[in-house]
Amino acid sequence: MIWTAVLLTAAGCYALKLSGWFVPASLLERPRIRVAASVLPVALLAALVVVQVFGAGRSLAVDSRSAALVAGAVCLWLRLPFLVVVLVAAATAAALRAL
Amino acid sequence: MFTGASQFALVGVLGAGGGALAGVATALLLGSRNAMYSVALSELVPMRRALRPVAAQLTIDESTAVATTAPRSLASVGFWTAGIAVYVLWNLATLLGALGAATVDTHALGLDAAVGAAFLALLWPRLKEARGVAAGGALVAAVAVPLTPPGVPVLLAGLAVLPTVLRPLRRASAGDGRADAAEGTA
Repeated sequence: MIWTAVLLTAAGCYALKLSGWFVPASLLERPRIRVAASVLPVALLAALVVVQVFGAGRSLAVDSRSAALVAGAVCLWLRLPFLVVVLVAAATAAALRAL
Repeated sequence: MFTGASQFALVGVLGAGGGALAGVATALLLGSRNAMYSVALSELVPMRRALRPVAAQLTIDESTAVATTAPRSLASVGFWTAGIAVYVLWNLATLLGALGAATVDTHALGLDAAVGAAFLALLWPRLKEARGVAAGGALVAAVAVPLTPPGVPVLLAGLAVLPTVLRPLRRASAGDGRADAAEGTA
């Protein structure tokens, strides 16, 4: 089941990339499609942050993951690179859990 | 599959106990921006038709950002260099992670908590132009978590913003794929 999902997603993501290289630009450059493609990732990523950080099964919770997110946000605000952001967030949660 | 946000999204939804269908749908919706990138790139980076399937696999935030912000004469070099470099390093690091996964206590190291920060890092460059959309998506997800099965809140957040698209498009030319890609991360 998991591998089916992985393979399906891989095929679909590749097809999306390929479409822009072969489908006439006029088809994909319609304003609605263009705005949808630029707006959707923002909403989905914001939702993923909420679910990952505050989701606890079917309820919301504030725990060490929230502190990790704040630490990550500070790193981003300081314009630190992606890897640093992830490592600092992980270290923050690890430190809180070790207490 | 070589497009970081979609990879993280699929793993995130499945890891949270979400259905496979919700995971696949979320990852594909996230990957839709790559189609816009390749439209922009097919003008900027001329190549033989036979090479396009290779270029398609290398069409990601980073390679698009480099190609669209470099001087026009360097767009091709920039696209291929960034695309190949990220492809090699990204997949090497993924392999290392997969091999090491069994030996690591992800909870004690806080790695599960870092996933949220990774998503935030991917979102960060886009926040400037779409803060409202991000806030809306986050709110919908928060409300939906207690009410729907895992995986669904993220999809609902995506669907909720679509009315924005159907509204008259006054700023259609302002927020196009190039502006996005110029600041994108993975």
